[in-house]
Amino acid sequence: MVGFIIFMAIMLFVIFYPLIVRYPPLEIIGQGTFFPPGIYVNVYDSIGSPTHYTLNLDEAAARRVASKLKDEDRLAIKRWLVGSGFLESEIDITDTEKLLEQWVNNYDSQKRIPGMTNADRNYYIRLSASLDGLLSTEGAIIAAVNPETGDLEEKGIIQQTDYVNLSEAANVRVLPLGTDNFGRDVLTELVKATGVSLLIGLVAGTIATLIGLMLGLLAGYIGGLVDDGIMFVTNLFTVIPTIVLLILISFSIGQEHRGPVTIAVVIGFTSWVWTTRAVRSQVISLRNRDHVNLSKLSGHSTTRIILLSILPFIASYVVMAFILQISAGILAEAGLSILGLGPRTTTTPTLGLMLNWAFIYQAQILGKWWAYIPVILVIALIAFSLNLMNTGLDQVFNPALRE
Amino acid sequence: MENLILEVNDLTTKYITRYDENIYAVDHVSLKVAEGKSLGIAGESGCGKSTLALSLMGYYFAPLHYTSGEIVIDRRTISGMDPDEVRKSILGREISYIPQAAMNALNPTRKIIDFIADVVQAHDMHANKKEIYERASGLFETLGLPVEVLQKYPVELSGGMKQRTVIAVSVILFPKVLIADEPSSALDVTSQKMVIKMLKQLLETGFISSLIFITHELPLLYNVTDDIMVMYAGQIVEKAKAKDAVFDPLHPYARGLMGSIIVPEEGLRDVKLTAIPGVPPNLKDPPSGCRFADRCRYVRPACTAAASIEFRELADGRAYRCIVPEGELREIYSKEAERYA
Amino acid sequence: MPDERKIILSTRGLTKIFGFGRTKTLAVDRVDLDIYEGEVVSIVGESGSGKTTLAKMILGLLNPTDGEIFFQGKPRDIRSRKKKLEYWNNIQAIFQDPYSSYNQFQKIDAVLLDCIRMRGGRKLPKERKLEMMTEACSFVNLKFEELTNKYPFELSGGQMQRLMIARIFLLKPKILVADEPTSMIDACSRATILDFLMQLRDEIGMTVIFITHDIGLAYYVSDTVFIMERGKFVESGTADEVILNPKDFCTQRLISDVPKIHEEWDLSTVEFPS
Repeated sequence: MVGFIIFMAIMLFVIFYPLIVRYPPLEIIGQGTFFPPGIYVNVYDSIGSPTHYTLNLDEAAARRVASKLKDEDRLAIKRWLVGSGFLESEIDITDTEKLLEQWVNNYDSQKRIPGMTNADRNYYIRLSASLDGLLSTEGAIIAAVNPETGDLEEKGIIQQTDYVNLSEAANVRVLPLGTDNFGRDVLTELVKATGVSLLIGLVAGTIATLIGLMLGLLAGYIGGLVDDGIMFVTNLFTVIPTIVLLILISFSIGQEHRGPVTIAVVIGFTSWVWTTRAVRSQVISLRNRDHVNLSKLSGHSTTRIILLSILPFIASYVVMAFILQISAGILAEAGLSILGLGPRTTTTPTLGLMLNWAFIYQAQILGKWWAYIPVILVIALIAFSLNLMNTGLDQVFNPALRE
Repeated sequence: MENLILEVNDLTTKYITRYDENIYAVDHVSLKVAEGKSLGIAGESGCGKSTLALSLMGYYFAPLHYTSGEIVIDRRTISGMDPDEVRKSILGREISYIPQAAMNALNPTRKIIDFIADVVQAHDMHANKKEIYERASGLFETLGLPVEVLQKYPVELSGGMKQRTVIAVSVILFPKVLIADEPSSALDVTSQKMVIKMLKQLLETGFISSLIFITHELPLLYNVTDDIMVMYAGQIVEKAKAKDAVFDPLHPYARGLMGSIIVPEEGLRDVKLTAIPGVPPNLKDPPSGCRFADRCRYVRPACTAAASIEFRELADGRAYRCIVPEGELREIYSKEAERYA
Repeated sequence: MPDERKIILSTRGLTKIFGFGRTKTLAVDRVDLDIYEGEVVSIVGESGSGKTTLAKMILGLLNPTDGEIFFQGKPRDIRSRKKKLEYWNNIQAIFQDPYSSYNQFQKIDAVLLDCIRMRGGRKLPKERKLEMMTEACSFVNLKFEELTNKYPFELSGGQMQRLMIARIFLLKPKILVADEPTSMIDACSRATILDFLMQLRDEIGMTVIFITHDIGLAYYVSDTVFIMERGKFVESGTADEVILNPKDFCTQRLISDVPKIHEEWDLSTVEFPS
């Protein structure tokens, strides 16, 4: 039951999200790679927005300063100060205001500190410049070029206490999962990719299960030569490793023809083996049951017997197999995509493809977790929910187990 | 006064279902077995005889719970004992139980001797393999089982041999009471005979002091046990010596049961088998008064009016649970016999 | 005395071999039998004696390896589906386990409706079908109104087996093969089942073939008894002959191994001369 809920949640999300958030999933919006997650506000618009609100927040100044001063910078300041004569004990890098005061009062770009290289000097000059005015309470002046005179004209002043209401800003883009290596919105892409992967899984699973079911039923119930023939084919397919088959077929189809549905079909046609075997052995154990014999004695046709007397008994088993095939199909596609043999990369994203890009562009080394961890989580969640659904299904099929 | 090996007084045990309902599968059952004697418990599926067997051991595990009553084995009361204590000192030593299809307890991947070693070591840690082998082969020889069986795997043995092996193992610690629950029903008739013979031999040679035999097959009881109790819907409805129980049953259910016996003997073809319509009551909600009332041919209003029907004790330990006195009952029966003559 | 009764079913040299190579098993070994119309016959044997295999071949559910079966004097031909259906209009079965005889996913009405359909009654109006089903149920003391729309697990074992008899009532075959019909039924209900079967047989002149391991049952209910051991018939004759005067050693052993109540039960194990 829980599995069902999770899965339905995923499905609904996949269906409804694109309706609400109408961004094209593969639109490249970020110039540059791997923008971190967050809310992106257009600075230009925030300046030019109609109303600036004045909020007097206590820690605003301290926060501003603290955000500018990264740890490395603080250590660098400390080094400079110590090098210029301060005692270490007097310098507390956590106390931003005091540190800055010490710096501002004592920094001299001309001063030479032993052991300082030229690069370091430039660094300190830059640091000093950026810290300039940090402690001041004056605002910034916005100037625009006067089209006639070519001069800078003051257009307005932004106070340090000016705030803008996000909903009034013209361009705000929420990127909960940042952007990927191409600069695409990860969340939107993820949603679309989940949909595509689910579709692939569904198609692959359906094909595999249908083939497996039919072959298994025929082989199991009719037996004899039919059984031998089907088992021969099945054994052939077992011996050849599926992944090799997939790679070969995928490769030979060629890049242009590889759409997601094609891939799904290919996966479906190579993974029916296990289902066939399982169904066949179940059918063999069922065909000698009394009720089957009675069915025969009541004159039922073979098709009818298979459908009514055997199929319901293996139905729960088959549905479970189906669910597992969906799971396996999604994972197979992911595997293929990571290898670069999945669907075309330009038109549709899939979960595997997203992982592929993330790893090619070394997201994990760069620490850009948002490019691959959500994808992995989604894959895991889908497989997990499908498997949970499995366990709840027995009740549906067997009237004797219904409460 | 004979030495009573097993005495059960007013034992009641229940099953607690997952909906927290109480099902009193054994309802105020009392019985006595004397030394050297055997008791048969007859009844049909669902009457509670297997539950009774389990209950007699004093070892309860959910959903079976002990409610009230007393079990005394050779003057030792075991009914209130701690389960761990029961497992260590009572099971196998004082009282041993052979469940239905006991041969399935044999692990198919171990030899018989390993199985026996396991059982013995569970009760006596210090026995070594050699001692166990000697003891086991001695036991097997005494009981007429081939000693080669000890080195075999269960799959190499026939059903009858497996069952006899399990029975032999269950008495390896010389328990005072042996409870056998349908020991032969899964076997063919020849193996069945061998099992029955073995059980009788165990009792006669003193391996065990008393035997309780549970089955739905009445001819077996007649040939094996001294006394027979008939059980219906969790209660004992008749107690009598074997001969009386089979040929002169008093309780209407017992009578019906005995009337449905089929044996390949002369005269069987002329007998009309009795059939009792209906099904036993649901023990979740047992009817008040006589539990057999809805199926009884001789039912009268008083049968369901009373809250419960008590035993009528007759001479010689005989008893039956019915509202009708003996004389009247016998009259009804003989009138019926005349009608069919 | 010349036998005026007709032979309804007979076999000559009926054989069934399972498996090949080293795992070859001879289940039924050149069995010849003749069954007269209206007779009650029992085939008695232990498990593994081949009696169920024999029954299945007689029913047409299993193809014999060798030998012939004759129905009403003519060789039986069930190669085509049409012929199979024709044959099954004349011979039906009741099985041992009432629980597994039903498709647990279908309501029990389906079982009876199938019978009506098989008898060509598919086009009958609904009321007539209902009438027929109610009549069949009341024959076995069941009330159709109480059972309709129920699933098999809601019924008791005895009810299910009786419903199987109701099914036979609707089908009215000439031969009924009953494979251990009472072995899983309580002793008290056994007589009921047997009574219904015998009543049915009296009403429609059905021939009944009991397959059982219970020699007592065979003696009680049948006219003729066949004893089967290791695929062969070792003894045959009227019930009295076979049970009270067994000639074959196997039969004697079989009878002596069953507990008696009016006679002394000899517990000594009779050794099998190998």
